[in-house]
Amino acid sequence: MPAAARKETDYPMDLLNTLVQGLMLGGLYALFAAGLSIMFGVMRMVNLAHGDLAVIAGYLVLVLLGGTMFPLWLVVLVTLPLFAVIGYGIHRSLFSRSLKAGPLSALLVTFGLSIVIQNGLLEGFSADTRTIDMGVLNTGAFHLNNQLSISYLGLLTLILAVVVIVGVQLFLSRTRTGKMMRAVSDDADTASLVGANSKHLYAIATAIAFGTVALAGIMSGARSSFDPSIGPTQLIFAFEAVVIGGLGSLWGTLAGGVVLGLTQAFAAHLDPSFTILAGHLVFLAVLAFRPQGLIPQRTV
Amino acid sequence: MTLLEVENLDVHHGQLHAVRGFSLSVEPGATVAVIGANGAGKSTLMRAIAGSHLPTAGTIRLGGQDITRLPAHRRVAQGISLVPEGRRLFKSLSVQENLETGTYRAGSGPWNVDAVMELFPWMRERARQNSASLSGGQQQAVAIGRALVANPKVLLIDELSLGLAPAVVKQMYALLPRIVERGTAVLLVEQDVSQALAAADLVHCLLEGRTVLTGSPQDLTPAQVEQAYFGLAHAGGGPEGN
Amino acid sequence: MARTTPPTTEGTTTPVAASAAPPLPGALVTRAGRASKASAGVLALAVIVLAALPYIAFAGTTSSMVTFFVLLIMASMWNLLAGFGGMVSVGQQAFVGVGAYTVLAFANMGINPFVALPLAALTCSVFAIPTSWLAFRLRGDYFAVGTWVIAEVYRLIIIRFDSLGGPSGMSLPGLNGMDPVLRGALTYWAALALAALTILGCYLLMRGRTGLALTAVRDDETAARANGVDVTWSKRLVYLVSAAGCGAAGGILIIDSLSVQPNAIFSVQWSAYMIFIVIIGGIGYLEGPLLGAIVFYALQQLLAGYGSWYMIILGAIGVAGAIWLPRGLWGTVTNKTGIQLFPVGYRLNQPWTLPPNLR
Ligand SMILES: Nc1ncnc2c1ncn2[C@@H]1O[C@H](COP(=O)(O)OP(=O)(O)O)[C@@H](O)[C@H]1O
Ligand SMILES: [Mg+2]
Repeated sequence: MPAAARKETDYPMDLLNTLVQGLMLGGLYALFAAGLSIMFGVMRMVNLAHGDLAVIAGYLVLVLLGGTMFPLWLVVLVTLPLFAVIGYGIHRSLFSRSLKAGPLSALLVTFGLSIVIQNGLLEGFSADTRTIDMGVLNTGAFHLNNQLSISYLGLLTLILAVVVIVGVQLFLSRTRTGKMMRAVSDDADTASLVGANSKHLYAIATAIAFGTVALAGIMSGARSSFDPSIGPTQLIFAFEAVVIGGLGSLWGTLAGGVVLGLTQAFAAHLDPSFTILAGHLVFLAVLAFRPQGLIPQRTV
Repeated sequence: MTLLEVENLDVHHGQLHAVRGFSLSVEPGATVAVIGANGAGKSTLMRAIAGSHLPTAGTIRLGGQDITRLPAHRRVAQGISLVPEGRRLFKSLSVQENLETGTYRAGSGPWNVDAVMELFPWMRERARQNSASLSGGQQQAVAIGRALVANPKVLLIDELSLGLAPAVVKQMYALLPRIVERGTAVLLVEQDVSQALAAADLVHCLLEGRTVLTGSPQDLTPAQVEQAYFGLAHAGGGPEGN
Repeated sequence: MARTTPPTTEGTTTPVAASAAPPLPGALVTRAGRASKASAGVLALAVIVLAALPYIAFAGTTSSMVTFFVLLIMASMWNLLAGFGGMVSVGQQAFVGVGAYTVLAFANMGINPFVALPLAALTCSVFAIPTSWLAFRLRGDYFAVGTWVIAEVYRLIIIRFDSLGGPSGMSLPGLNGMDPVLRGALTYWAALALAALTILGCYLLMRGRTGLALTAVRDDETAARANGVDVTWSKRLVYLVSAAGCGAAGGILIIDSLSVQPNAIFSVQWSAYMIFIVIIGGIGYLEGPLLGAIVFYALQQLLAGYGSWYMIILGAIGVAGAIWLPRGLWGTVTNKTGIQLFPVGYRLNQPWTLPPNLR
């Protein structure tokens, strides 16, 4: 039986391949989740428009690529700081007002924002699916053998996720602003007594969250197609990564993203229609049996 | 020139009139104590001066400049630092980091993290430790250090001795002259009257938000202070049943 | 409608004690009296007039009124959950979907869909028990997204059943033989009856022990617990009731459209509608959803031709309302005038505060 024999020899390779793909998918989820985790860690706020912001970033890159002569790297380099600035502005104008009115208000404001963004994008770009063309990044891969390949894009995404999370972690632990951000997160009232302007520091956290989610949106837009309505799905995956990893812990978020990616990859391996559900079930299992998450300690 | 001047200050918690028509002035290099029973309005007064709680009426001037409406985080750079009641250290920050937060909007002056560690040599060994692992007295020292490194012109301390062992309280009070001698005025709030009387140049006794007695400790008799503190007699018209 | 006693100044200083303990006679707490009898009369009359509508109006009117009632039911349920229970859910579409699919499942077994409606409500409250075990582990904002994930899980599980139509959904059997006019009228009456029942149910629930407990919790959870209020039980009860209501609403939806499509019935859009209606109407007021549903319905008629602009405007109004009009329309009205339509027992005339678990 040649078929069975082949299957047997390929099995470990197959598993290894799934592991690698899951790891890279997890990198993307961690990248999505980093911003959510930062905002929760610093100001206990969940931005329900998080995924929709990533989608806007995808469209913005498409528009800039199509409408200007800029190369991709320059477009990305323009988009990320632009999103950070927008994040700062939205925080000072909208989020800080809603945080003052109470966390319920913040939730409703971001939910409303999410609906505005989705329908605004639908109005502007129609419901057609789009992809960001990154040339060789989209198609290229390291072929380790004929079973196992590592795509440039997946690897780059995973590296970016680690860089972002390590970077934010270093920012929080080493810089003056980062330390003050942690102080404000601990006790905003007392932090103001040492000179911290919590609105400004929260807005910086929002800026970081917007910048990183824009990066996530761009990477995801190159990896698979997107349309105006996929924001909530991105939000849910990011949210699951944060909760699985442990609230307020950035390392946890990285771990959570990877767990989610691996789960989905292995589930897809068994039965593709089971992919998303398996991720949700792992999330619910963590909620039921380990509600503090994998790495619960608060590092932010 | 008067360093800190508070005039006819009124502070409310919603309907509750916590500080009523309060006035005080602090001269450079002075140690002023505000004493009063629990709930007299001392913390509310301190928070109003530090900017955490906006007063409803009255003025606060620092070095002649009106700072009544300035938000707390901008008063730090002007030279006011508060050691809040209950220390309130940042839980997820180490001892060293807690001190460093104080330098965020620091003015120039003799104090920095090193100088504070000189004052409290044990802090060096524990610099990397989490602030939650410290004893009450050590936490108070870090809280004072955190306020000092901003090089304030006036250091406000709310309940210096609260919850500390008598020996530790003594050490804390022994510190005050070393702070004042470097040019910082101290305004402190105490429930422990004898400590406050021993340390201060000037005492205000607060009862239900009003000053009922004021003077330098030498001029006040223990009976006067006791009456004012508990509101037993009408020392200055105690607002009984208001 | 009637005026109630204006807020007294002493009242605001001791809200916790007053709401956790039996109220002081005549002081600041208002209780249903003649006022509520009058508004009950007005509402009963409204229900009777509305019930007669199928005899006097065109089928198009009654059919669009069904949508209104469904929205009113859902919004009332969300208000119960968030406004009184302090549980801001973005996942009530779970029960809308489960309700619709329950009706479908029973219809597949040969049971009349109208008969299956109460069963849908019951099924949803049964499903809500394990759901609440999971969801109650999350607080505040995380509760919101967590319930959303749970709704997705329900959808993903249901589409795995081919007997229920799988990912593409299926049409509802059992009503094809019925005269369309009769079916339309029956649907309308069922929706009206459920809406009336929902409002009455919310009113009674909030007037009773549960309402008292939740008001106490809303003011100060720790104090309420210390006073022996069974917080978890009250919250769970509200959660179950809210699930049942949304399930019935989902049942009406499938009967009204005669088919079900999983992505539509489990859409988070239902949550968006519920939240919008309650925020605009006034969260934490029983009158809020009614007023909000009317405003929403009017906007829907007004902006129907504008496609996604309609949702953009709704979203923007929601954002603005959440920041600048936190009490909603009804809260603003009642605060200025003291008018109450449904004076819930022990309502304190104090500004609405956030539930403690959301602070
Ligand atoms: N955050 C607050 N909200 C409402 N009332 C308060 C608050 N803080 C203090 N109070 C009230 O104000 C009065 C003065 O309190 P406080 O300034 O803390 O007194 P002290 O520091 O002298 O003990 C007390 O009656 C207290 O109950
Ligand atoms: Mg005090």
